[in-house]
Amino acid sequence: MKSYNIYISGVGGQGIIKTSIVMGEAAMKMGKPVVMSEIHGMAQRGGVVSTELKIGPARSPIIPEGQADLLIAFEPLEALRAIEKISNQGYVITNTSPIFPFNISVSEHPYPDINIILEELASNSDLFALDALEIAKKAGHILSLNMVMLGAAAAVPKFPIDKTLLLKSMEENLPPKSLNINLKAFEEGYQSVIKGNNL
Amino acid sequence: MKIKDISKAQKGDKLFLLGNEAAVRGALESGVSVASTYPGTPSSEIGDVFSVIAKKSGIYFEFSTNEKVALEVAAAAAASGLRSFTFMKHVGLNVAADSLMSLVYSGVNGGMLILSADDPSMFSSQNEQDNRHYARLANIPMLEPSNPQEIKDLMNYGFQFSEEFQIPVLMRTTTRVSHMRGIVEMDNMDEVNREGFFHKDPSRFVPVPEVARVNHRKLIEKIAKIEKEVNKSPLNQTYHNNGDLGIITSGSAFNYVMDVVEENNLPVNVLKLTFTYPFPEEKVLEFIKKVKKILVVEEVDPVMEKDLLAVIGKNGIIKKVHGKLDGTLPLIYEYDPQIIREGINKVLKIEAGDETPEKSRNLPKRPPTLCPGCPHRAVYYSIKKAIADLQLKDVIFPTDIGCYTLGIEAPYEAGDYLLSMGSSVGTSCGFSKATHQKVISFIGDSTFFHAGIPPLINAVHNKNNFLLVILDNRTTAMTGGQSHPGLPVDGMGDEAPEISIEKMVEASGVVFKETINPLNLKKSEIIFKKALEYSGVAVVISKYPCMLIKSRGKKKNFTVNVQEECDGCNICLEELSCPAIYRTEDGSIKIDSQLCRKCSVCIQLCPEKAIKVHKNK
Repeated sequence: MKSYNIYISGVGGQGIIKTSIVMGEAAMKMGKPVVMSEIHGMAQRGGVVSTELKIGPARSPIIPEGQADLLIAFEPLEALRAIEKISNQGYVITNTSPIFPFNISVSEHPYPDINIILEELASNSDLFALDALEIAKKAGHILSLNMVMLGAAAAVPKFPIDKTLLLKSMEENLPPKSLNINLKAFEEGYQSVIKGNNL
Repeated sequence: MKIKDISKAQKGDKLFLLGNEAAVRGALESGVSVASTYPGTPSSEIGDVFSVIAKKSGIYFEFSTNEKVALEVAAAAAASGLRSFTFMKHVGLNVAADSLMSLVYSGVNGGMLILSADDPSMFSSQNEQDNRHYARLANIPMLEPSNPQEIKDLMNYGFQFSEEFQIPVLMRTTTRVSHMRGIVEMDNMDEVNREGFFHKDPSRFVPVPEVARVNHRKLIEKIAKIEKEVNKSPLNQTYHNNGDLGIITSGSAFNYVMDVVEENNLPVNVLKLTFTYPFPEEKVLEFIKKVKKILVVEEVDPVMEKDLLAVIGKNGIIKKVHGKLDGTLPLIYEYDPQIIREGINKVLKIEAGDETPEKSRNLPKRPPTLCPGCPHRAVYYSIKKAIADLQLKDVIFPTDIGCYTLGIEAPYEAGDYLLSMGSSVGTSCGFSKATHQKVISFIGDSTFFHAGIPPLINAVHNKNNFLLVILDNRTTAMTGGQSHPGLPVDGMGDEAPEISIEKMVEASGVVFKETINPLNLKKSEIIFKKALEYSGVAVVISKYPCMLIKSRGKKKNFTVNVQEECDGCNICLEELSCPAIYRTEDGSIKIDSQLCRKCSVCIQLCPEKAIKVHKNK
């Protein structure tokens, strides 16, 4: 028995930690062991944010290189930065709309071309790419981007958490005011992967 | 889960808790009456949870001015028979250390737990000091949990133990344990009497030398007794009994060891130490008897490794000890499963599989930065402008701990020297005496109260010459927005007297003292110039709320746009480096309306007056 390992990365303020908690609580409700690691602090000021979840038998939430079954990247550059984490049989879900680092105009290295990012991600894993920002906007609010990503993850083959429990966990963790938008965002993300929006 | 569930959950309920949240639940189950802290990552969420649930749970909680005060508040409560809990980041314990040393001598009546959250790999700290040394320095019993459930359970255990032996207990977590989430099963919360009474006993509680001499002897006797308990303690457990390698480990390193051993079916014996000080000599001797060689896996310093070497030497045992001292494992940074795997492989002489060479990708970095609309950005801009106008050269910028430490980055480059909380002011004293360079230092409001006042008094009294800018953004921003003495609200959300920074500065004897609204660039620059021309200690208080608070307020019904007049001079982009201002692929400058906080700073500095307010209908 091995744990199912999920690595989530993106940029501060995208709702990554909340999404991870929604997943973790849903896994717990399924009776599965789950551990998670989150990094706070400096990351909140526009830096990289990442969480790691292991569902199944594991004591440490830290995912060694090449052992993530699923990478959920809220931002394409951050997907590329996390690429070493993905296992050979792993899946990648990435948002395609970039957030440029604040100092990109003076950065030594330019922001990579999105097509090159996607090509590289697809080269050793199954890739689902979606414009989560656009989908979130259509769902009613850009802040529902995290639930678009969660919905997309839920549709990945072998994803170990029941969809119904995820929805229940969303109800318990998200503000009631925006729940409908978030549920819609989730469903749109889910459907976009089901419909095979992979490149 | 909602924060309130932490206090509402019943025995047997399971919650998916952060280590820091589990600490609060443990405190509640243990009947803690008094809790105190100064916020610091990775311990900050403990205080954030207390500030929400303390009042309803009948607990007194405060954000103290600094960690020393926090420890003293908790110590007095424990001396009065109540259970008390104080918690801080690792460097916070340095601040509290002066009182800690004496507290362990005199001991406690009610149980007292001190939690130190260490930060191996320095995710949000200035060093990665290993606070297990404090257990040895102060002679205080130490517990090291590996996960949230253990944190909660050890809180219960620690309070009972502390009360039984009348000694405070130090719990050491690390970032990976404090910021780990896991399933935690709840226990009961019993009703407790929260009214303390202090029975006087100066021969115990006032460590004049003759008392201290007696107390130290008593402490040594106590620790000897405690060591017997630790040797028997079921908290120190063995796992897997295979082969001739014994691994001794603790904290989150234990998690890595177990995952690596179990995934790869490695033939090893594991001893997990949870009650780690006093070092359980008997238990360790029994464990190493069975094995031929030993590997110690611990973060960050070789602390247990040296304890083990002492045990081995004392008992005349000849066995190879691997760890940090022989180079098997690294001496710095946190571990991860890969590092542990490699370490065990080395000791077991297992050939590692071919490592795939890491592909080097030249990716742009994503450093943290000041938020859009942050008042600090405006201060840095105006100060740089004033310096340029006065043609000052070689200005030294001592800085301090808070969001404004991000001022080290270009284009502000206003951070040259930093040691610890409050060091901006103290080191300015030194720089102004040691050099003829102009000194401009920065300190935040919360940091000023924490450790900035004594050095300011020092500066005035010793006739120093520098400009101190107090960046009063009305919160403890970096750690998530906790209250501090300069605000009209306390740690439990109640109204509280607001301590005026202006009056504190005045009372310290500062003659040149001005308060500015940093978002008014022109006026700020004039005042900074005056302050820089002043000979002596000048203080400018930049008062404007953190945008993370402000944006929670009323909505501004306009957007800020770049108009056609823009000639692409890039001044806004280059001198402000605001995340909301960007250059599009066609080279034009745009403002991201989602990110923009409408602080108006870019509007003021645009030489072409091309950035304008656009009223929404």
